[in-house]
Amino acid sequence: MSAVSNEPVSALEVAGRPSPNLLRRLPDSKVAMFGLGLVLIWVIPALLAPVLPLKPPDAQDYLAMAHPGSSASHWLGVDPLGRDMLSRIVWGARTVLAVAPVAVLAAYVVGAAMGLLAGYYGGWVDAAISRASDVILSFPVIVLYVILIANIGPSVANIIVAVVAASAPGISRIVRGLVMSLMHQEFVAAAYLRRESDVFVMLVELLPNCRGPLITDFCLRLGYTTITIGTLGFLGLGLPPPNPDWGGMIKQATSMITVFPHMALYPTIALVSLILGFNLLADGLTELSQAD
Amino acid sequence: MSLLEIRDLRVEYTTSRGTVAAVQDFSLDIAPGESFGLVGESGCGKSTLILAIMGYMGRNGAVTKGEILFEGRNLVRAGREELRRIRGARMAIVYQEPATALNPSMTIGQQLIEVPMAHGEATAADARLRAVRVLADVHLPDPDSVMRRYPHQLSGGQKQRVVIAMALLANPALLLLDEPTTGLDVTVEAAVLDLLNELRAKYGTALFYISHNLGVIAQVCERIGVMYAGKLVEEASAEALFALPRHPYTRGLLASLPRPGADKRTAPLVPIPGVVPAAGRAPPTCGFLSRCAHGERGKCDASVVPLLRAAPAHVVRCVRWAELPAMPPAAPPALANAPTDVGATVMEAHDLTRVFSVGRRKLIANDHLTLAAQRGRVLAIVGESGSGKSTFAKVLAGLDAASSGSLVVLGEDVARRPVRRRAAKLVAAVQMVFQQPEGTLNPSHPVGWPLARSLRKFGIARDRRTVDAKVAALLEMVRLPASLRHALPRQLSGGQKQRIAIARAFAGNPELLIADEPVSALDVSVRAAVINLLLRIQQESRTTLVFISHDLGLVRYLADDVVVMYLGQVMEAGPVAALFDPPYHPYTEALLSAAPVPDPTVKTTRIRLEGEIPSPLNVPQGCRFATRCPRKLGRVCDDTPPPLREATADHIIHCHIPIEDLRAVPPVFARAVATAH
Amino acid sequence: MTRYILRRSLEMLATLIVASFLVFVVCEFSPGNVARKTLGAFALQEQVDLLYKKLHLNDPLLVRYVRWVGVLTGLQADPLQDPALGLDFKDPRGKQYFGNFGYSTLFKAPVNDVLWDRLGKTALLAGLAFAVIVPLSLILGVLAGMRAGSVLDRSLSTLSIVMTSIPEFALGVLLVAVFVVALGWLPGTSPMVGNTGWSTASQLVLPVAVLAIYDSGYVARMVRTSMAEVMQKPYVRTAVLKGLPRRQVILRHALRNAMIAPFTVLLLQINWLISGVVVTELVFAYPGFGRMLLEASLFGDVSLIEAATLVALFVATATQLLSDVGYRLLDPQARR
Repeated sequence: MSAVSNEPVSALEVAGRPSPNLLRRLPDSKVAMFGLGLVLIWVIPALLAPVLPLKPPDAQDYLAMAHPGSSASHWLGVDPLGRDMLSRIVWGARTVLAVAPVAVLAAYVVGAAMGLLAGYYGGWVDAAISRASDVILSFPVIVLYVILIANIGPSVANIIVAVVAASAPGISRIVRGLVMSLMHQEFVAAAYLRRESDVFVMLVELLPNCRGPLITDFCLRLGYTTITIGTLGFLGLGLPPPNPDWGGMIKQATSMITVFPHMALYPTIALVSLILGFNLLADGLTELSQAD
Repeated sequence: MSLLEIRDLRVEYTTSRGTVAAVQDFSLDIAPGESFGLVGESGCGKSTLILAIMGYMGRNGAVTKGEILFEGRNLVRAGREELRRIRGARMAIVYQEPATALNPSMTIGQQLIEVPMAHGEATAADARLRAVRVLADVHLPDPDSVMRRYPHQLSGGQKQRVVIAMALLANPALLLLDEPTTGLDVTVEAAVLDLLNELRAKYGTALFYISHNLGVIAQVCERIGVMYAGKLVEEASAEALFALPRHPYTRGLLASLPRPGADKRTAPLVPIPGVVPAAGRAPPTCGFLSRCAHGERGKCDASVVPLLRAAPAHVVRCVRWAELPAMPPAAPPALANAPTDVGATVMEAHDLTRVFSVGRRKLIANDHLTLAAQRGRVLAIVGESGSGKSTFAKVLAGLDAASSGSLVVLGEDVARRPVRRRAAKLVAAVQMVFQQPEGTLNPSHPVGWPLARSLRKFGIARDRRTVDAKVAALLEMVRLPASLRHALPRQLSGGQKQRIAIARAFAGNPELLIADEPVSALDVSVRAAVINLLLRIQQESRTTLVFISHDLGLVRYLADDVVVMYLGQVMEAGPVAALFDPPYHPYTEALLSAAPVPDPTVKTTRIRLEGEIPSPLNVPQGCRFATRCPRKLGRVCDDTPPPLREATADHIIHCHIPIEDLRAVPPVFARAVATAH
Repeated sequence: MTRYILRRSLEMLATLIVASFLVFVVCEFSPGNVARKTLGAFALQEQVDLLYKKLHLNDPLLVRYVRWVGVLTGLQADPLQDPALGLDFKDPRGKQYFGNFGYSTLFKAPVNDVLWDRLGKTALLAGLAFAVIVPLSLILGVLAGMRAGSVLDRSLSTLSIVMTSIPEFALGVLLVAVFVVALGWLPGTSPMVGNTGWSTASQLVLPVAVLAIYDSGYVARMVRTSMAEVMQKPYVRTAVLKGLPRRQVILRHALRNAMIAPFTVLLLQINWLISGVVVTELVFAYPGFGRMLLEASLFGDVSLIEAATLVALFVATATQLLSDVGYRLLDPQARR
């Protein structure tokens, strides 16, 4: 069959459709890049905090308390206890940026497992997982956090537990929906025709194809979780002192807001810019994924 | 004077990767009342053209050159309000997917009435009367109740009639049709095409019909243009185009389609090599050069090729049109000439039934199917949507389990044994090629991965070196370069993906291959290559092929045996030659008559079915086909299941009509059969 | 439809039961115990132990949960009101009636006396916020989604993202800094009493603003996405190419379909509002339900936590049911 064999084929000749790998296309979106920039503003100093020429975040400078505003020795001034604001904000970034991603990642492990099982098996497995998720999701979020943290106590581990409990059901719902639509795809049938096991189909055939929407959701959730951690700090349920924690810093400074507004303002700006960064990143990623 | 006159049109899109000229150098005239057809494959720019005529190109599209004159007005320069007055009133459009073209949260009546009202032509009461009248014109039963319904309460065919009615409401001078029958069943498609011809005669509307399907165009259009890579490459009257195509692409398209009466032994399909270029990716000189068998470097790629006049009303964009050899081009070596001998039975279904529970109701997908396939032969299963052919394929492949009956494959009853309960050897022996090239490969893994995985799971190869060698061999078998194994599916064209799917199915040396509409989602010009490839491998390996299709032309071409299904039951079964001549089952006859033939000289008998296929949730009691049968005898058809009649030993028909009477029916392709002999 | 509502109501009841049990379980982790909290920090250990025994607090969790349900449904008398305990807890409604949430150890009063007054104040706050959120987010979202990618869309979308990126407490601090500290236009706290020199209306402005700004941004984004999606639909193209004026295309064809998805989101905002309320009430010292819940949680007042959670969950699930029913009415395809 000469007619068949002379087909010139090259992968390059075919239309170069955009890569499904969202992260690789990130530079295409200005919004996403701006968001990433905002996040990096905090990630880089947070990583470098131990080697930066910062004052120790807990060291109290009693002399500075008389004039707590900006000065040559304290660029952003000091807090009500005379501690260096700049140092506390940078070390606070370290706390948020360490806790939030770990907590969200943990929530993802639990949520993705739930969603995979529910979407793949359907039937009573799905019913059980979905009903349980519904119960958790009907709690107003902060009520869930407050009740949990107030009872199990504020600590990094417990905040992670609370984030997992509150976020996993939402993640499970997303993954379940994705899996259910993927299950109709013919490559899944093709996998059955190779006698692949359920676990293989779930982890190797289905999960990698959930990537796109999950990356976006991950960024959004980082934003929410940052808000949550800040809010918990503000409610007095954050990390126990002396951990510098933006939410706690804002709470501490509110009583002084009439006199020294900078004490509340700087950590607020820090917090908002980081959340904005995560949200813009998510928005840009959504835009990219819809561009095809 | 022309109704529509397009001069030197160029339509460009700006994307993140630069500007793409979707339509270039395009000129066209359509006279009042004329029907013009434009044929082209995906990405050739035909939909862009239609939307440009309507002035609807989205934020990133624009006409950058040329003009579109409609009734003397230049639409390219028309203002928003001027365009609005023309749209829907003087010029209307019928869309490809009627399901999405209608607003889901408004009733049909609301959506129809607003058309004349928006153009200030009627009061609400007048508009309503007119809407009801047009609904009657498009043969929708009970127009008043249709007016009150929501789109989701209508079937696909009914929705398309509503969209046509909506387009005709204001009595436009020009009707643009964008693949209006794609996605509809063959019998429904035939009825819609008849309707278009009828309405054109009645209203005197000019038609501008675009489609990838030459057969459909041949049935509706007087003049035909062929579009390739954004340019018009040929234009002529329908007769001239089919009788004497001038452009190598037009010739290639016709040669790659099965002609009525032809089969794989007498007239093999000639594929067009290569793939359809993406929009704007073709070279500016001759876009077809890389796929052309007659191309000449230095001549064809020297300068931009203009439209050349080959005959008084026949233009062609090819510098070598006068030097081309006569049609038909030399046929490639045919498949082994001897008809396939009848071998051992590989698969035999007996009373196979699959019933789904939908709430408290029963959906009967397969109802006492009895059929068999022999070693090395191609068994085609033909039917429209709802016939249960895909359900049968799934049960056979082990992706679903039957409710009752037996299905013996290679000596084992597998009716209630899905893949997980089949031995590895049996799973490898029964493989499948799926319909959708988009979904058949996992987008997250390179295309070589499923091949290697199959080889390992079926124990064909274990160590890395053997696997690599076997993967290369499989790619070679489907004529793909070995380097492609590391490519991701999105880098492949649809045809290439289906080749990978074929390679994957053959990885375990199957004895029985199920192919469920493997080419229906592919571009016309690459279908033939995939079909030829599939048949060659099938024949070389003496694999039994169960080929599922709704395309009778294709089935006629490639099958050895055919089973015609309707609503979960076998209507007729027999060797392919016997099926396409009387005696026919009335349903087979209707299917044959409905199939669009890419040749205006072939006249088929006009047998049109009433209504649509009943829901499998609520099947007729006696003969399944009784509700739509044009040859229905009477109550007996409604009440009693039809008897099995034997036309010959291996040709059976389930029908109440005696075989002698069926034998007396005139053949559907009267002239075609005569000319073929 | 009636069947559907009935089925959903039963599901809702099941959710409430499971959730209240979960709260019971979580409260078990709390350090200290109910008896100690009831008696206060200065009570002798023997008194605590005695009360502990009398209240059968060493019974298994499930037994105590069933007892709590018994008190709530009026099948059983509230053990804390037993005069033999000498706690002097009295509920004017009696000690056994339907809807008896028990006695708040934090406020030293029957839960029913504390709860409903607070809830009323919060309903006022949330209602006002909702009245701002709905029109604001619809206008922002529809204007942005109408022409996806336009300058207007980009500016409004960015505005919405910024609005959702400011946590309520931070927003509260910022607004106080501007309107209270710098300008002195509004009061910094909202105790909702008349003797502060500020009218109650002025006391409501900032809390409502905090709630409305944060949630409007979120809902506006949803509306925008939905609107932009609908504007891409073939049926909108059909409407344009029918020759309908743009106004009619948007109002008749796009808007109704675009509202279907955000309608659900909008009603689910009640759930978010309750969350926001906790924080906002704390920032502005507003005497509402949210602050009460926070204080009860920190104190470990199980009866009050249970009651508050049940009310919050009831509101959340009831709006969910309402939104599902509304969805079915809006979308003819879901109507059966």
